[in-house]
Amino acid sequence: MTTAPVLEAVGLSLSFGATPALRGADLTVARGELLAIMGPSGSGKTTLLHCLAGILVPDEGEVRFHGSRIDSLDETARSALRRDRFGFVFQFGQLVPELSTLENVALPLLLAGCSRTRALDAARPWFERLGIGGLEDRRSGELSGGQAQRVALARGLVAQPDVLFADEPTGALDSLTGEHVMDLLTLAAREQGTTVVLVTHEARVAAYADRLVLVRDGRVTSPTSAPAPVPTSPAGEP
Amino acid sequence: MSVPLTLLGLLEREPSHGYDLKRTYDDLFAHGRPLPFGQLYSTLGRLARDGKVVVGEAESGAGPERKRYVITPEGASDVETWLREPVAPEPHLHSVLFSKVVLALLLGRDAHAYLDAQKLAHVQRMRELTELRRTAGLVDTLLADNALFHLEADLRWIDTTVARLDQLAREVGA
Repeated sequence: MTTAPVLEAVGLSLSFGATPALRGADLTVARGELLAIMGPSGSGKTTLLHCLAGILVPDEGEVRFHGSRIDSLDETARSALRRDRFGFVFQFGQLVPELSTLENVALPLLLAGCSRTRALDAARPWFERLGIGGLEDRRSGELSGGQAQRVALARGLVAQPDVLFADEPTGALDSLTGEHVMDLLTLAAREQGTTVVLVTHEARVAAYADRLVLVRDGRVTSPTSAPAPVPTSPAGEP
Repeated sequence: MSVPLTLLGLLEREPSHGYDLKRTYDDLFAHGRPLPFGQLYSTLGRLARDGKVVVGEAESGAGPERKRYVITPEGASDVETWLREPVAPEPHLHSVLFSKVVLALLLGRDAHAYLDAQKLAHVQRMRELTELRRTAGLVDTLLADNALFHLEADLRWIDTTVARLDQLAREVGA
């Protein structure tokens, strides 16, 4: 994983009113990497993800995507960047209830100007791929949590984004369903070479990532290099 | 701790020669760490001494070790009790982790940094186990799950401790 970084955050600071959320956060994400960000509630991990994704603009510091600053872009340009180059998966799917699941998956392509036929054709294979074949015509209210999250995952990846941002993607799922979603997410991302930045408070989810960074008090506190080897004895063994 | 009772359990299923017993044990329970012959025979010796097994007559002309081990009613009773009773929820890693945190605080070292490093190491081990689960059969998957859940428990403890480090430092007089 020594290729040029796809994303770089340098000295990010951002406050909400008088409350600082980020205080000089640095982070580098390599192309094709699956990176997990962990930290306690209020540590700034979601704010960091939102800055990396161009959703928020830091008060100080820079965010670079493929070497070009995105924090200095205006909202229209950042919006276009998010639409064209990034995919998103959130904790609660956030599907559009008025649309069918197929239309939900096709949505990023429709917003990017694809014809309806092309967008739906591109969306369709994702249903078999993620094990939700046959649900194309359902509405989001008719799906289980795991099904909805797989639809959201398909929507996040359908436009073949450079980076998929996932904020607590399994937070609303039971453990087995969450694992299944993570299996699918990692497999699909790796197959199409998508970089993944994942925020989670669950270590089992972070364990799917290539690398983990810790955030505390608005800073990335862990080294950006790979962690040291650990003893090989099975953990938890008496 | 559980090796003698596991061997007894296998002998309850059927009497066995030492070599066959080891082979069965290794197939089912060793998971890459085969039971050394020395440990096998010393364990069987103790079980015989304590009346949990009896040793049948040695068979002649059939290799170096042809003693046949048979479980006694007392041995079978031990197995039954063991399989019925829950294991005492003993502390595992946390006593070590706790000692390190307290010592770090007492010595003015960076306990936060230690806990961060420990967390990264734990998640790294979880990553290995998660990778193993991708290709493993059900038995190894369930064993990996057990290890994963233990590691998760440690991580929850680490997070809780991180949140209370200042308070802990005051309590231990650091």
